[in-house]
Amino acid sequence: MNTAIEVKNAAFSYQETEEHAAVRIFEDLNLEIEQGKFVVILGHNGCGKSTLAKHFNAILLPTGGEIYAYGMNTKSEEDTINIRKSVGMVFQNPDNQIVANVVEEDVAFALENLGLPTEEIRERVDAALNAVGMYEFRKHAPHLLSGGQKQRIAIAGVLAMRPKCVVLDEPTAMLDPVGRREVVDTIHELNEKFGVTVVLITHHMREAITADRVIVMNEGEILADDTPKKVFSQVELLKGVGLTVPETTELMYELNKSGWELPLDALSVEECAQEIYSRLQ
Amino acid sequence: MLKDITIGQYFPGDSPVHKMDPRSKILAVVIYIVALFVCKSFVGYLLILLYLAAAVKISTISPRSLLKGLKPLVFILAFTAILNLFYTFEGNVLVHFWRLTITDAGIVRAILMVVRVMMLVVGTFLLTYTTSPITLTDGLERLLGGLKKIHVPVHELAMMMSIALRFIPTLIEETDKIMSAQKARGADFETGNIFQKAKALLPIMVPLFVSAFRRADELATAMECRCYTGGVGRTKLSPLKWAKRDTIGMAVTVLMLAAVIVLKVFGF
Repeated sequence: MNTAIEVKNAAFSYQETEEHAAVRIFEDLNLEIEQGKFVVILGHNGCGKSTLAKHFNAILLPTGGEIYAYGMNTKSEEDTINIRKSVGMVFQNPDNQIVANVVEEDVAFALENLGLPTEEIRERVDAALNAVGMYEFRKHAPHLLSGGQKQRIAIAGVLAMRPKCVVLDEPTAMLDPVGRREVVDTIHELNEKFGVTVVLITHHMREAITADRVIVMNEGEILADDTPKKVFSQVELLKGVGLTVPETTELMYELNKSGWELPLDALSVEECAQEIYSRLQ
Repeated sequence: MLKDITIGQYFPGDSPVHKMDPRSKILAVVIYIVALFVCKSFVGYLLILLYLAAAVKISTISPRSLLKGLKPLVFILAFTAILNLFYTFEGNVLVHFWRLTITDAGIVRAILMVVRVMMLVVGTFLLTYTTSPITLTDGLERLLGGLKKIHVPVHELAMMMSIALRFIPTLIEETDKIMSAQKARGADFETGNIFQKAKALLPIMVPLFVSAFRRADELATAMECRCYTGGVGRTKLSPLKWAKRDTIGMAVTVLMLAAVIVLKVFGF
């Protein structure tokens, strides 16, 4: 199995300034993300998950230890462009990632930066827009689109680079439920259809259920790192650090408190209903 | 309410003028302005007016909307007319009262100056009406490309221009939101004199600026993530193409300028 991202004893702290003391975000962190997986990173605000994500494509450099993206050290300057080409990144606010006034121009932005020939840019832009289902909006002005559509444009803009891995930092946090579903479906499609490694940072437990692997971070440390079923079974651990669990797990957990004996790893609504049904019979 | 503001007043269309390369349009406007300033006679102006009318006709922009753009300039036009009317001392005196003299040469000059300013404005409007701001920026970047050799940051300026244009609707939307939030808490933007109104805007400017800086920071990171390293080695999705119509347009424009100069040399 290929390794997409490898974090080796990495540490990061914000430098001391006149007004602020040095802030330690994480220390001695080890992590390996395999190619083609769908990985979710959970954690409450300020636990260091976004900071960690920015290390994956050399936007931030570790103050200690090493981080490798596809074998390239993020500290090596001549690899920076190659790393950013391989590891794309999508942020929370779609408005602040869109550069151009026309959808297709925006999707082309990265390719123009890379200096690709015009015909190839055209081909890749069309392919990326088709992949996120926004092809018919290619001539539109981005500010007239909905939040979910804008975020899909942002994803297309990253996808056009043909990255092997896409890191999404709370891409659904500012969206309404409809937009959230559009974006989550798009992300899943990337992973399943195109084999892109997905690292999704989120607050929404629902989005974590279908992942291959869930990493829970707290205070710069990895608290849990396993399949969703195993992670969410540790209800006390998650609640102890101020996180919630999916509604299904919550229901089972509360029922167990009043004497039932239900498994905590029935995550989907169907599984959950089936378990309760079979107990009732 | 702020959403009604249109910047650059671009009317999308499909006419040959719309489709022309922005570079040729900008150059044509420059030559047109030169012609206007070289020209001193009615015959010359008639020729330039013919050129302008032809351009307007081909562009399918209604002349009325072009003339509407002159409205804010009425004061400047009147000022130009009066200045030229009273401060021309050559020619035959027609009216003389107190310290003011009106001569026949003065009347001619006043009319010509007003016509010149009007044609200047209408001509440049035709450019912005038929060219989207982004294309215009693109054209300027290419035309001024030579200045890169003397270290003028042409690409960076063009990039700044296009990002500014991109963020105008976003920031207007945000201003609307902040104003509504302030109004909901009892802020008053409508009453009082101009100073009080300006002062009431301060609580809007502060959060707007803070958020604009945050946006700029996030945008810079997002651009870096998409391999932006400046203008060197960039290519274009839709590069500017010099077509036959651009050559024809340029040829007609240059001919017009030549004709105006010839007329001037022969004393018309």
